[in-house]
Amino acid sequence: MTSILQIKDLSKNFGGLAAVDAVTLNFEEGRVHAIIGPNGAGKTTLINLLSGDHKPSAGRILFKGKDITTKPPEAISQLGIGRSYQKTNIFPSLSCLQNCWLAAQSRLRSSMRFFRPAEAYDDVRSRAELALEMCGLTGRRDTIASEMSYGEQRQLEIGMMLATEPEVLLLDEPLAGMGTEEATQVISLLRTLAQSHTLILIEHDMDAVFAVAEMLTVMVNGQVLETGTPDQIRASKAVREAYLGEDMEEMTP
Amino acid sequence: MDLTSFLIQTMNGVQYGFLLFLVASGLTLVFGIMGIINLAHGAFYMFGAYLVFWLTNVSGNLFLGILLGLPVMLVIGFVIERFAISFLYNRDHLYQVLLTYGLILILNELQKILWGSDFYSVPIPDILKGSFPLTENQDYPVYRLFISFVCALVALGMYGLISRTKLGMMIRAGASDREMAQTLGIDIGRVFAIVFSFGAALAAFAGMIDAPVSSVYPGMGDQILIVSFVVVVIGGIGSIKGAFIGAMLIGLADTFGKVLMPDLASMAVYGTMALILMWRPQGLFGRA
Amino acid sequence: MSRVFANPTNLFLLTALAMLAAFPWFGESFYVGLVVRIMILGILAMSLDLLIGYTGLVSFGHAAFFGLAGYLLAIVTPETGPVSIWYALPVCLGGAALAALVIGWFSVRTSGIYFIMITLAFAQMLYYFFNENMELGGSDGIFIFYKPSVAIGDFQILDLGDHTTFYYFVLVSLILVYALLRVILNAPFGQVLRGIKINEARTQALGFSTFRYKLASFVIAGTIGGYAGFLEATHNGIMSPDFLGWHKSGSIMMIVILGGIGTLWGAVVGAFAMVFLQDWFQELTTHWLLLMGGFVIFVVLFLPRGIAGLVESFSAFLTRAVSRASDKDAP
Repeated sequence: MTSILQIKDLSKNFGGLAAVDAVTLNFEEGRVHAIIGPNGAGKTTLINLLSGDHKPSAGRILFKGKDITTKPPEAISQLGIGRSYQKTNIFPSLSCLQNCWLAAQSRLRSSMRFFRPAEAYDDVRSRAELALEMCGLTGRRDTIASEMSYGEQRQLEIGMMLATEPEVLLLDEPLAGMGTEEATQVISLLRTLAQSHTLILIEHDMDAVFAVAEMLTVMVNGQVLETGTPDQIRASKAVREAYLGEDMEEMTP
Repeated sequence: MDLTSFLIQTMNGVQYGFLLFLVASGLTLVFGIMGIINLAHGAFYMFGAYLVFWLTNVSGNLFLGILLGLPVMLVIGFVIERFAISFLYNRDHLYQVLLTYGLILILNELQKILWGSDFYSVPIPDILKGSFPLTENQDYPVYRLFISFVCALVALGMYGLISRTKLGMMIRAGASDREMAQTLGIDIGRVFAIVFSFGAALAAFAGMIDAPVSSVYPGMGDQILIVSFVVVVIGGIGSIKGAFIGAMLIGLADTFGKVLMPDLASMAVYGTMALILMWRPQGLFGRA
Repeated sequence: MSRVFANPTNLFLLTALAMLAAFPWFGESFYVGLVVRIMILGILAMSLDLLIGYTGLVSFGHAAFFGLAGYLLAIVTPETGPVSIWYALPVCLGGAALAALVIGWFSVRTSGIYFIMITLAFAQMLYYFFNENMELGGSDGIFIFYKPSVAIGDFQILDLGDHTTFYYFVLVSLILVYALLRVILNAPFGQVLRGIKINEARTQALGFSTFRYKLASFVIAGTIGGYAGFLEATHNGIMSPDFLGWHKSGSIMMIVILGGIGTLWGAVVGAFAMVFLQDWFQELTTHWLLLMGGFVIFVVLFLPRGIAGLVESFSAFLTRAVSRASDKDAP
C-alpha cells in the first residue's frame, strides 16, 4: 500500500508547551487509522495541523508526496482532505440541507457566480442530498440545525464533510455526545466510507475504535508512543505501562 | 533641516505622542478589558479641555482647574458606564459603535449648550511661561517640556499601577480571562466601572493639559478620537505597551509630516498605519 | 404570484413602492426633492447592508466611496458645460471600485474591532485628502455646475436637470440596485457570504477562500455606494468633505440598524424614517442633535432589529391571525 499522507518531525508549540512534539507518521491510502491517547495528548492539535487550521512550529506534512505544510485550510480542503470538528462546528441558523448545500457548493470550480440562482445548480443539490442521506439526516432536511439534538448536529457535521467529497477524512471524535443508536449508525457509516476513503480518526470509544480501525497510533504528551495493528497495540508492553491505572479504564470502558 | 530644528520637531513629536498615549491608553484598556469599542472617548478629551477652560477662569489658576476638573470627569465617566456602557457588554460591536456614536451626538451638543461654538484659549501659568534658548534664534517653550514631563510621569504611574497593585492585577485578570476572574471572586462590574472612569479621566487630563497649547474648540474630540484609533490599531488592540509605541510613532509621523510635506500631513498618519498593518495585520503587540 | 401577495410584508413593500411611483403627481416640489435625497440614501444604506447584514463586515468608512464618487463627478465635469454620463459614470464607479479594492485588500483580512477601526481610518484619510486639497475647494467643497448629460450623439435621452425625470431616474436606480443585490444574494456567491457571516472559520474549512469573497462583497458594496454618491452629487450640485466624514458613515450605519439589518428593504425604510425624524427633531429644538443622540441609544437598547423587525413581527402576527380565522370557518 502507498502512503497518502506523511508527517515528518511535526511539532506545535503553544507558548512554551509542546502540544505536538516531533511526530512522524505515515497514513496509508484506503486505511482506517485511529489515533488514541489520554486527554491532552495532542490528538486534536495533530488534526488541526493536518487540516491547516493551525500552522506547525516545525516539521513537514506531505500529501501524495507534495508539501502542504503551509497551506491554508481552504487549500487543504480543495486538495481532498476533509475534516469534522470535535466541538460541533456548523451553521446553526441554517437548515440541514443548507448546511450541506454550502459544503457541496465548495466543489464548484468557483463560487464567484453572481447571477444564476444557487438553487438552479442541480449538481450541488444532488451532492448535498446525497451527503444528507449518507449521514442519515434526510428526514431532517429542512430542520434548522440549532433545533436538532446534539447527536444529530454531530451527524450533520459528518454530512457536511462528506458533501465536500474528500479522499481523506479527518474525524475528530465523531461519536462524542451520540446516543447508542446514533453511534451504531455512524459506525456503520464509517465502515462504508472505509471501503473507498482514507480515514484518520480520533475516538475515545474504544469498542468503536477496535471495531473499525486497521491501524492504531497511541499518543502521550504530544509524542507517538506506539503505532501498529490493533492486535499489536493490545499486546504492546509500552502501551500497557503508559496506560496502567486510570487511563487504562479509558481505553477499555 | 538643521540639527536644532530636527531636535525641536522631535521634541514636539514626542510631546504630541505623549498626549496621544493618554487618550489611546484609555481606549485600548476599555477595549482590552471590557471588550467595548468606545467612540465617545474623544468627547472626554474635549470635555476635559472645556472644563479646564471654565474652571481656570473661575479659580484663576490652571493647576486648580485641573485638580477640580479631574474628579468631575471621574464622575461623568462613572455615570456613563453605569447608565449606557454597561448595557453593551457581550453585545455585537456594531451596537457598541452605534450607542457610543449616539453618546457623541449628545456630548457634543451639551458642549455647545454649555459653552457655545466659540474658540477659547487657556493662559499658560506664569511660572511655566518662557522658553529655553537652543541657539541664537531658536528656542523651545517651557510649557511643552512640562507637558512631556507630566505625561511621562502619568505613563510611569500607570505602568506601576497595572504591574504592581491589586487593582492592576484585577485589571490584568479581567483582560486575560474574564471567567477566571469571576470565579476568583473579583467583582468584574466594579473593575469595569473603575477602568472606564479612569480612562475617561485620562483622556480628559490630556485635553486639560493640552488646552493652553491647542486652544479649546468644538469638535476637537472627534479629531483626536480618530488619531487615537489609529494609535490603538497600530499598537495592537488591548496592549498598553503597543499604545505607547503607536502613540510615539504617530506623534512623530504627524509632526515631521507637517514640516516635510505640509499638504499631506494628515495622510502621513494613515500612511504609517497602512504600512504597519501590511506588515502586521494585528498591530505591533496585538494578539492574532 | 399569489404567494407574493399572501405575505403581508410584501404587500407593505408593494404599496410603499406604488406610493413612491405616484408621489411626483401630488407631492410638493420641496418634498419631491427630499424624497430623491432619501432614495439616494436608501441606495447607499442598502450597499452597506450587504456588508453589515449579509457578510458580517461592520464597515465604519462606507461614506468614503459615496464621497469619492461624488468628487470624481465634480472633477470630470468641466466648468463650461455638462459631462457625458457615458464617461462620468464609469469614472465614478471605477474610482469607487478601485478605492474599495485597495481599502478592502487591507481591511478585509482583519475582523471585529480591527475591521471597524481600519475602515474608519481609511475613510478619514480620504476625508483629509479632500479637506486639505485647495484645488478641490478644501473644506468648503466644490460646485458641480452642470448635471451629466444623457445623450446619444446630439439626441438627448433624459434631462437629469428636470426634477420629475431625475426623481424617476433615482427611483428606477433604487429598484434596480435592490433587484441586483437580491439576485447576487440568491446566487452561489450570496450563499458563501451567508456562510461567512454565520461561521467564517467553518466556511473556510469547507474550502472557500473567504478573503476573496469578503473582498468581492466589499468592492460590490463600495461600487454601489459610489453610484449613490454619483446620484447625490448630480442632485446636490455641490460636493464637500462632509460627504465622506465619519459622521456620515455613522449615520448610514444608523439608518441600516434603524431599518433593520439583513433585509435590504429595511435600509430604504430606515432612510425615510431617519430623514423625517431629523426633520421633526429640527422643528422641535435647535439642539435637535441631543434628541437624535438619545434616539440612537434608544434604538440600540430597545429596537435592535429595527423597523423591519417590527414589520416582520406584525406580518407574522397577521398571517397567524388570518390562518386562525380561516381554521374557524372550515367545517
